Amino acid sequence: MRAHVLLALAAVATVAACGGKPEPEQPAPVATTANADSAARAARARQDSIDAENRRRADEEARRRAEADSASRASQVMTDLRAMINFDYNDATIRSTDQATLDRKAAIMQANPGLRIRISGHADERGSDEYNLALGNRRAAAAQRYLQNKGIDASRIDVISYGEERPLDTAGTEEAYAKNRRDEFEATAGGDHLAAPQ
Amino acid sequence: MRRVLLTLAALAAGAGALAAQDAGRASDAIRIGITYRPGTRPGLVVVPGPGLDSVRAIIARDLDFSDRFQMIEVGPDASAAARTTGGPLNYGLYRTFGADQAVEIVPAGAGVSVRLHDLGASRIRNQQTYSLPSPGDPGFRLAVHRIADEVTRWAGGVEGYAASRILYLAGGRIYRIDSDGADDAGVSPSGEPVFSPVWSPDGSRIAYTRLDRWSISVMDLASRAVSTVPGTDNGQNITPTFAPDGRTLAYAHMDAGGTNIFAADIAQHCCVQRLTVGRFADNLSPTYSPDGRRVAFVSTRAGPPQIYVMGADGTDQELLASFDFGSTGPSNAPEWSPDGASVVFHREVSRSPQIFILDVASQRVKQLTSVGRNEDPTWAPDGRHVAFISDRTGRRQIWIVDTETGRVRQLSTAGAARLPSWSRRLRGAGPNP
Repeated sequence: MRAHVLLALAAVATVAACGGKPEPEQPAPVATTANADSAARAARARQDSIDAENRRRADEEARRRAEADSASRASQVMTDLRAMINFDYNDATIRSTDQATLDRKAAIMQANPGLRIRISGHADERGSDEYNLALGNRRAAAAQRYLQNKGIDASRIDVISYGEERPLDTAGTEEAYAKNRRDEFEATAGGDHLAAPQ
Repeated sequence: MRRVLLTLAALAAGAGALAAQDAGRASDAIRIGITYRPGTRPGLVVVPGPGLDSVRAIIARDLDFSDRFQMIEVGPDASAAARTTGGPLNYGLYRTFGADQAVEIVPAGAGVSVRLHDLGASRIRNQQTYSLPSPGDPGFRLAVHRIADEVTRWAGGVEGYAASRILYLAGGRIYRIDSDGADDAGVSPSGEPVFSPVWSPDGSRIAYTRLDRWSISVMDLASRAVSTVPGTDNGQNITPTFAPDGRTLAYAHMDAGGTNIFAADIAQHCCVQRLTVGRFADNLSPTYSPDGRRVAFVSTRAGPPQIYVMGADGTDQELLASFDFGSTGPSNAPEWSPDGASVVFHREVSRSPQIFILDVASQRVKQLTSVGRNEDPTWAPDGRHVAFISDRTGRRQIWIVDTETGRVRQLSTAGAARLPSWSRRLRGAGPNP
């Protein structure tokens, strides 16, 4: 339905372009070749006009696609930036399986010099309430140090600990505990139009 | 508590039958005055009488909670028999109940007159008249608790701990509750999430972490005035504790380099001193010895968190509660006892925290709890009782254990409680928010 309407509108636009434009460009009539020449010119002008419109529409389409691609790439970049990492019980060591996740964040920060982030460290609810704040701080600091070692200036990374105060999952199961032992990452500045790393 | 139902039958049966009810009782040897018998608590009775029911009930319960006496409860009908008409207490009768001492409370002007009778010697041992606010006054209960604490000293040799309160956290807000579970009330403003409340030594102020700014605040309870502790307006600052002089406050400051302990002069609002220097290690939860010269704290310098000690200036840092690397669980939340002899803390056993007491002189540790999760212990003013959080009945509540007998009682019943802090004895009228 919508496609038909668009086609119809396009057709109207084409007709309008053909009808309006060629008129002033008509050369003064020449007696000998008047009819044949003017007909050919008119036909060519019409074709030019159709071609121009088609090019315009193709450009428009390409631009629209590029924009969508870029938005989807930026959203993928944001997803990668926000990807959480997890920790073992009472431990703040970056797991080897999380290194690729952090490497990707380092690349994003390199590709977006205006980007600043905050890393928040979290603990599961089994350890001591107050010690868990220190543990969360160590977890956030471990990720910050990893990114620093990848060449990211520490001043672009804030760390904060929420200890066990903000659990993702309150089920009280081993699976929930594992989910809650984490670092979260968020952009605090320059996160609106993220470029994808090369 | 042993209840003696005073009936005609019981009276007729006489002393023999009553004594036989208590198998643990020593033989009827001659006793002169009050002698300390290890493992045996002297029998104590609060004499019934007309009026003053609430005062008697509060005092009797406080005496019971001191865990220093075998409380003997007599029915109201004993009142008549207890006194020879208009004369002195019927010492003989109370002795047959198994009581060694009797507390008599009678109205005296705007207050009460309290007598402690030595039943063995048939004489009044202590006597004192106290003025009391009216029962509707917010200071009434604390005033009665203070009488109970003095009676505990008369009868047991050591002052009680009833005139004290416990701060705790529920839903991000600080509450306080009397040592007997009464007068549960909010202290910090609602809607401003806070953490780790602690009392100042004189009970006039509290300190806590503000979770919105991560600074340490000190609140004067009478004026409600709040000030920020020097050095805590950046980074994240946790686990405040007052030095015994009330002028210094120690806390842990967290940044990307780790967590370290600092001390600030809150009397002159200056002079922040760094006490620990850990590279990527955590040092937190400081607690002063009562002489103010040493600080016990938690450190992860050797791996899992354990209990260490240092001078109040940060020198001479060493392990305090020994542990076996790899097998002893993480240890946290130390608090130095008011008498300086011990440090209470919690240590994970099979990933569940339990309350432990360290004897500072011998460095021996003793496990106090084993049922459920038991954490964040805090000393009563008598240096004998400890309050802690336990989930043994499901939700996390405040419980109190007598470290000598192991007797426990539940203090709080509502919601879910965390991070208790027990005041010292409250001498003033006490703020009542």
